[in-house]
Amino acid sequence: MTEYLATTHASKPAPAAGFVLDYAPSIESHKIVQIPARHELFIGGKWTPPTAGRYFASVNPATDEVLSQIADADAADVDAAVRAARSAYERRWSKLSGRERGRYLFRIARLIQERSRELAVLESIDNGKPIRESRDVDLPLVAAHFFYYAGWADKLDYAVPGRKVAPLGVAGQVIPWNFPLLMAAWKIAPALACGNTVVLKPAEQTPLTALKLMEIFEEAGLPPGVVNLVTGAGAAGAALVSHPLVSKVAFTGSTEVGKTIARSLAGTGKRLTLELGGKSAHIVFEDAAIDQAVEGVVNGIYFNQGHVCCAGSRLLLEESVSALFLDKLQARMRQLRVGNPLDKNTDIGAINSKPELEKIRRLIELGKSEGAHYFEPENTRLPDKGNFLRPCYFSDVAASHTVSRVEVFGPVLAISTFRTPAEAVAKANDTPYGLAAGIWSEKGSKIHKVAAGLRAGVIWANTYNQFDPSSPFGGYGESGFGREGGRHGLLAYLEVQA
Amino acid sequence: MNPSETPHLTVLKTHKLYIGGQFPRSESGRSYALHKPGAKRAYAQLCLGSRKDLRAAVDAALAAQAAWAARSAYNRGQILYRMAEIIEGRGESWQSLLRAGLGLTAAQATRSVAATVDALVYFAGATDKYPQISGAVNPVAGPHHNFSTPEALGVVGLIFADDPDPATIAARLAAVIAAGNTVVALLPGRAGGLVAEFGEAFATSDLPGGVINLISGDTQELATHFAAHMEIQGLAYFGTDAALSAELERLGADNMKRQPRPKGPLLALERVLDFVEYKTVWHPIGY
Repeated sequence: MTEYLATTHASKPAPAAGFVLDYAPSIESHKIVQIPARHELFIGGKWTPPTAGRYFASVNPATDEVLSQIADADAADVDAAVRAARSAYERRWSKLSGRERGRYLFRIARLIQERSRELAVLESIDNGKPIRESRDVDLPLVAAHFFYYAGWADKLDYAVPGRKVAPLGVAGQVIPWNFPLLMAAWKIAPALACGNTVVLKPAEQTPLTALKLMEIFEEAGLPPGVVNLVTGAGAAGAALVSHPLVSKVAFTGSTEVGKTIARSLAGTGKRLTLELGGKSAHIVFEDAAIDQAVEGVVNGIYFNQGHVCCAGSRLLLEESVSALFLDKLQARMRQLRVGNPLDKNTDIGAINSKPELEKIRRLIELGKSEGAHYFEPENTRLPDKGNFLRPCYFSDVAASHTVSRVEVFGPVLAISTFRTPAEAVAKANDTPYGLAAGIWSEKGSKIHKVAAGLRAGVIWANTYNQFDPSSPFGGYGESGFGREGGRHGLLAYLEVQA
Repeated sequence: MNPSETPHLTVLKTHKLYIGGQFPRSESGRSYALHKPGAKRAYAQLCLGSRKDLRAAVDAALAAQAAWAARSAYNRGQILYRMAEIIEGRGESWQSLLRAGLGLTAAQATRSVAATVDALVYFAGATDKYPQISGAVNPVAGPHHNFSTPEALGVVGLIFADDPDPATIAARLAAVIAAGNTVVALLPGRAGGLVAEFGEAFATSDLPGGVINLISGDTQELATHFAAHMEIQGLAYFGTDAALSAELERLGADNMKRQPRPKGPLLALERVLDFVEYKTVWHPIGY
């Protein structure tokens, strides 16, 4: 048994006063997953070593153990991948009927469903997210996304009322490490359904499930070159988005990198969609179902260790219920279990990388020094090694505090209060971002009024962090542009003909 | 001399900017001459708008935006139709400008005014249609009501070509405000000759001040300030300078401006959708 398999133990809350039942560890078996020692690039349907012969390590963030050596693509490799995609586009994929393209996508969806346990375990090992989430959220959504867009492939005449549509060509897609396989699905499925071919660059921290997805494409008989995968860091991504044969660029990641890409594409005529950062507000009114709201707020910020672009990272509490809410929130946070991502009882897994952990810690220290009130559940035990962090919040934060302005991308919540709905909306909108927002109230008319006033692309009312392939996702303002999911998600991959 | 023998001196029209429902001169005090093609004598002096005028116009557009978007689609449609009525009613004034100031023939001027009215009527009827065409109730796999609707982007900047074609300008302005956006438009060069006529029509059309703001001026001087302005959420440049177009896209990335490169037919619902955001709302279903 190799070391990454079960070296971290689920932390358990220290015994509190009174009679407390604890969970025994329930470790998901890793045996279903075989991780090759080395991964090559996937270009034109062939596993291809990088021309420069360089590799980098992919690490298990829960154990610090090296999982595999990953090919480090340079500009020449990216060029080969883009040419393979262009060739597959011209010779094969754009000539297939929508029905045939759909058939491939349906097959892929089914294969993902069949191999979902393997993929979920691999995702948790490579990314650090709890198996409960990779198994119950990521993988079902990945399969559903392919299934949804498979059905669009032969119905594109209905995508834009009154207009003919056409594919764009080669889509260059760069995705982040927080939902590695789900982001690959969000990017690839609509691109292929619309008749484009793809070069995907997964994040260097989490390439393993995307690499596994290429095996599934092979198994599904997807023609060579229709999807190509180049692994590497920022340089490979930059080479991809700037390649002249790439007609469309899709990027999910930080606002900073998104702006750099937008600048680099200026004047090229390339199509661009960006899913970027957020600082989403979660508004709890006094007439909310408070216990449900506590659960929603915890899910909003601590889901996936807070590595979520749409995380509800700013909590706005109506003043009259703030003390009650904080009491309940603290009690709930004391129940959160941080530890081994493969333990089915784990709520919060590993922070994805050492640099990310250090960044979050720096922001927490900054938050403390700026004067907000800090809370973390003191009883939460952390594993001895790996990248772990207690969930925490800052209350009494001012709008000017760093923790209420900057995307922390970790399990850190910034809490402030408000007195009127108008004040709540104004505070929620006081950010250049605009990805998501949450509203908790039992009054329907208030929810609709507040939802209309919020400058955000996704509003969760009396729920949070819900996703579905038929539901468009994407932001306002500096959270990027374009939508993924739903009919609107097709528009990013189609040329509308006059 | 008998007063009746005094030759009538024509009252020359003063052409100013149209900002926040008012008609200010450029704060810069600068002006430029509008000549009918081939004419030696200027038809009028136009304001040469400045960066500061642009900023004042953005302030006005920003102040007007939320209230404009909050009006019902029906009401926005009524106002757009009123704008068409007013321009139709001012037909003689328009035709005189188009002929004497911009050099159109009588037939061209008549067609141009008719096309301008048509454009406004088209978008008057669009305000309560595009949300039905582009919105959706999404069949999510769970007990949630989920719907997507198009919403206004905010303040949109439009930088027109020097070509003084009122029908195109009216169509693009109308498409953008139909969705609840407010506009700051640069009508450069000879197109600047249309600012006063448009402004006077809009100011008497029940259109709230600040929803449309018009500046005459120089594209090379002002375009980059449009692109760099952090309160402008969407921008389109209709000129032909490719280098400038690229520069605007580059500068606009600072606040992730939507720069949709509108193309295709002018009178089409897509022109409204060029400047909207889609908002998706989830709510649980249950007892």
